[in-house]
Amino acid sequence: MPEQEDTQAEETPIATRIPAWASWAGVALLVAAVLTALGMLGAGALPERVGPPIEQVAVEHTVLAPGRITLGVRNTGPDPVTIAQVFVNDAYVDVRGGDAPIERMGTTTLELNYPWLDGQPYLVSMLTSTGLVIEHEIPAAVATPRPGLQFYGLMILLGLYVGVIPVLLGMLVLPAARRSRPAVLRWLLAVTVGLLVFLAVDGASEGLELAQESGGAFGGATLVIFGGVAAYLALTAVDRYLRHRNSGTGGARGSGTRLSLMIACGIGLHNLGEGLAIGSAYAVGELALGAFLVIGFALHNTTEGVAIVAPLAQQRTRLAVLIGLGLLAGAPAIVGAIIGASVNNAELSALLLGVGVGAIAQVVMQILPALRPQGHRTADASAIAGVIVGIVLMYLTGLLVTA
Amino acid sequence: MSDRKAFLPLPPSRARSRRRFLVGGAVSGTAALAAASVNRLAAPARAGDPPDNGHAVHGGGVEGPTFRIGATVDHDANGFNPTEVLRDFDYGQTSRLPDGRTLRRWEIASSDEELEVAPGVRYPAWTFNSRVPGPTLRCTAGDRLQVQFTNGSAHPHTIHFHGIHPAEMDGVPGIGPGVIPPGKSFVYEFDAEPFGLHLYHCHVSPLAEHIARGLYGTFIVDPPAPRPAADEMVMVMHGYNTTFDGEGNQLYAVNGIPFHYMHEPVQVRRNELVRIYLVNVLEYDPINSFHVHANFFDYYPTGTRLEPSEYTDTVVQAQGQRGICELRFPHLGLFMFHAHKTEFAELGWMGFFEVTD
Repeated sequence: MPEQEDTQAEETPIATRIPAWASWAGVALLVAAVLTALGMLGAGALPERVGPPIEQVAVEHTVLAPGRITLGVRNTGPDPVTIAQVFVNDAYVDVRGGDAPIERMGTTTLELNYPWLDGQPYLVSMLTSTGLVIEHEIPAAVATPRPGLQFYGLMILLGLYVGVIPVLLGMLVLPAARRSRPAVLRWLLAVTVGLLVFLAVDGASEGLELAQESGGAFGGATLVIFGGVAAYLALTAVDRYLRHRNSGTGGARGSGTRLSLMIACGIGLHNLGEGLAIGSAYAVGELALGAFLVIGFALHNTTEGVAIVAPLAQQRTRLAVLIGLGLLAGAPAIVGAIIGASVNNAELSALLLGVGVGAIAQVVMQILPALRPQGHRTADASAIAGVIVGIVLMYLTGLLVTA
Repeated sequence: MSDRKAFLPLPPSRARSRRRFLVGGAVSGTAALAAASVNRLAAPARAGDPPDNGHAVHGGGVEGPTFRIGATVDHDANGFNPTEVLRDFDYGQTSRLPDGRTLRRWEIASSDEELEVAPGVRYPAWTFNSRVPGPTLRCTAGDRLQVQFTNGSAHPHTIHFHGIHPAEMDGVPGIGPGVIPPGKSFVYEFDAEPFGLHLYHCHVSPLAEHIARGLYGTFIVDPPAPRPAADEMVMVMHGYNTTFDGEGNQLYAVNGIPFHYMHEPVQVRRNELVRIYLVNVLEYDPINSFHVHANFFDYYPTGTRLEPSEYTDTVVQAQGQRGICELRFPHLGLFMFHAHKTEFAELGWMGFFEVTD
């Protein structure tokens, strides 16, 4: 019938004849074309800049070799910068590199010929082509460690002392925890929450401080915050996936192991950041190696081992799994130390610290439900007291490290 | 990565060894400076060094302060060369007055110039006659002087002379013609007195900036009986505050360009009398100084007496002070001269005399 044919013709409108991907590609091309045209033609209609060029530069890394200071410099401002001359402690020095203007977000390497002395402070002043002086401080000059057997050996040792051994020590509370009442276990978990909250706040403040020092070419503080948010969301996704996979199998045991795994992951990411801080402090000569460092960190990080085994108190777990969890939490300190000492990039360190914070926040959210007694909807006073005890414990052991 | 407050400070033994390093460094640094000055061999060449003409030590590291090795300022683009400024005396246009005195006339114009003061560093200078320092005006005591000043700059200026003259010719705002606006001109007229070495500069507010930007020059009044014949040269000590914060200078120089006389040493003959008209116009720093290596000079403060007051190798001058140094070089070779405030020396106020037969 004629009406039916008309209706059928109307039911295939133009939109369905072009496949979806083609229309997306078309839009993308159109936007690109308009933006290009705007950039090339439209910008001319705007007035020239008012005022002198804005010159901002961040020194991303410093390498000290005998008689030579090498700076990796990035242009963090909107206008090109040319570093014409450099003076160190009020004396002009010969510079190799940086002859050409540094474009926006571009980098260059400046090699300064200067007879620096071990342990002394130096102020490097970069004189740009417009006469602006940009200063970079080296608080105490030490030869940058070069990669080699001795260096890697030292970093591994540091990571072991600071990460792996303390965590494994902390996990020794497991037998005692297994023989305790559920109330004690809940309290232990509350202390764990306190520990993790302290770590999160401490890591966040350190990350933000680092981001501020670095000049913020890649976002500074926002990089830290979004790193944390991304880590939080990523770990949540992992957790949901694991939950989905294990749903129906394992039951309570599965959830205990899963919680421990998440805690170990979170602490591992945090220890990556801590290892980074230690490695980069070593690289710039600000690390006092010795007994105080080892004992201080050991006490501080032993509490992290407690946090990992607390969810496992009500089940039997294979030794291999326990050791694996300990290594997962502690070994990233080794990796962090190596990266921190060799790369020494403040913004990267800040980002990784932010990631650690996000991971810990996720873990804390995981544990919170377990603080409630059976059948209750909220945690009781002793649990909250446990959280406070955890924070205080981490704060006091943290003082030993900073003292 | 500066404030890693988490870790312990260095133990006391490191602090002691740090002090030892400081003393050792100072001793070896001075020794190196002295050694470099008499060393005719060039510094070891590195890839990219320009061919060495055997003249000055290029510096770098322990060998001394330097700009980027191999780069110098484009003097042609600047419009003046410190090597020429050194021995350039402007005696002006002379004519005879009815009473027999000499009338000397100069034309000076102020202009805003963008100069390359160090390789790759541009500075918006205010100049007299497009050079820093301004022209060296020279006359004899008793002359009648006329300086026609035309303000070609975008800012108001004056010329204030150090000498003895009436108040309207003093070049100070509010007296006589006062401030000369852009585009206008004025003739400063006065007698050349007293004999000696003097200077002139702009006297408009903000005064420090108007001087520091380059508006200064030397004004020499010869005594009625000329001084003994000598190889005469002018050295004006000054600096550039490129950051314009008024708290110090980032570059120090003599005769316009920092480190210039390291690359083009001042050529003098052995045993010939050398007379240096030394003027200090350094702004933002309280005093400046002048030191010659391996030689001593007779010093005539302000040049107003014909007897020297000192026989020395180092003099200090506050801003506006000046004096004449007379010396002979008994030995051949390269001899450094520089401020003895080492900070100024290492930031550009350093050069070489090259003594030949």
